[in-house]
Amino acid sequence: MNYLQITRDGLWDKNVVFTQMLALCPALAVTSTATNGLGMGLATTAVLLGANVLIAALRHLISPDVRIPVFIVLIATLVTLVDMALNAWLHELYKVLGLFIALIVVNCAILGRAESFASKNPVAASALDGLMMGLGFTLALIAIGGTREILGSGTLFKDAHLLLGEAFSFLELTLIPGYKGFLLMILPPGGFLAVGFLLAVKRIIDQRSARRAQEAASVAAPVTA
Amino acid sequence: MKLKISELRDTLGYQIALLGVVALLASLLLTQASILTRADIAAAEARDLQVSLAQVLPEGSFDNALAEDTLLLDSPQGQVKVFRARLKGKVTAVVMKLSPIGYAGPIDLVVGMDADGKVLGVRVLKHKETPGLADQIETSKGRWIFSFDGKSLNDPSPKDWAVKKDGGVFDQFTGATITPRAIVGALKRGLELFTKEHERLFDSAATQRAEGDTK
Repeated sequence: MNYLQITRDGLWDKNVVFTQMLALCPALAVTSTATNGLGMGLATTAVLLGANVLIAALRHLISPDVRIPVFIVLIATLVTLVDMALNAWLHELYKVLGLFIALIVVNCAILGRAESFASKNPVAASALDGLMMGLGFTLALIAIGGTREILGSGTLFKDAHLLLGEAFSFLELTLIPGYKGFLLMILPPGGFLAVGFLLAVKRIIDQRSARRAQEAASVAAPVTA
Repeated sequence: MKLKISELRDTLGYQIALLGVVALLASLLLTQASILTRADIAAAEARDLQVSLAQVLPEGSFDNALAEDTLLLDSPQGQVKVFRARLKGKVTAVVMKLSPIGYAGPIDLVVGMDADGKVLGVRVLKHKETPGLADQIETSKGRWIFSFDGKSLNDPSPKDWAVKKDGGVFDQFTGATITPRAIVGALKRGLELFTKEHERLFDSAATQRAEGDTK
């Protein structure tokens, strides 16, 4: 199993949002600020990691015919456990993230990884896949949230201290002082616009690097025919 | 062993048993987790409520557990929950929980009032109003919610308890009138209810008995 490839797939090549186009519902719904994106991303990463490990460990016991309901019960149980534990013991964090946690159950990216990766691969590889897919999702949400927040309210990582603690309040930047705000970017249409433009940017980068790889290949092996 | 399982996996009985066992284990796990966390969650929520209620009362003006000293009042808009602040057993102020309908659903707010019917403070606990336009009702986004401090039903006069657009004295926001109108209206109705039920609210002896009356 090629761990480097798993890492690349999760972070860029098969990015949950920008390549697989999965989990767009939470991606659009919570990314009005970069901090919200970060919170949702981290919570999702935790569940993805747990679900992948659990399902990879049980993969020989699960009949292919009934795998989907088994996966869903396992994922929903995991999410509910995270929800209850956070509410009871990390209540301040729960007040910020609580809304997002219930949304994770319906995040199709988790079921997608269980189905296409964890049910066919050993535990270690599945754990790495869950972690990297989760981090790729987190980075995508921060990119969308950051774009919307900068254009919409002129700040970046506002209220990050609520999520990460006072030590991280240095992240909170006011990039455009006295900015009146651009409401459209904060409202739902801004989510679609941000995802669309970021997607275009990623495609351009991918095309460039593909063309460069092609040129390099043709130089290395000149056409003889 | 592994070979055996892969054959067994395709039988109907195994699949039924698998689903049953998974569901059973999941329920057991969740039951255990729920029992483990229930007390802590209830305590955390009670603390949240106490903190949000204490925001609209002067510091040191009460020494009881506000969240547990409640009355239910009947109003035309439905039942209104009232929390009573006591100092040495005597009711000194009340906090009303109101939920007027704003532009995008209910706006949950609390308002503290002293024995003379003067507003001690108003805070919005939860709302879904438009960000950037109407979220100035939050203390982190604007000072508007403080404009009610010290007001009462006769100051300004009842007909002035409205937003400026409706001929009252309270500011509305540019591009958002519905939200402030809902809050001002709810506060006015709350103060009217307060005046009507004043005797019951400040009857220090009544707790369970008064609550029983409304049922």
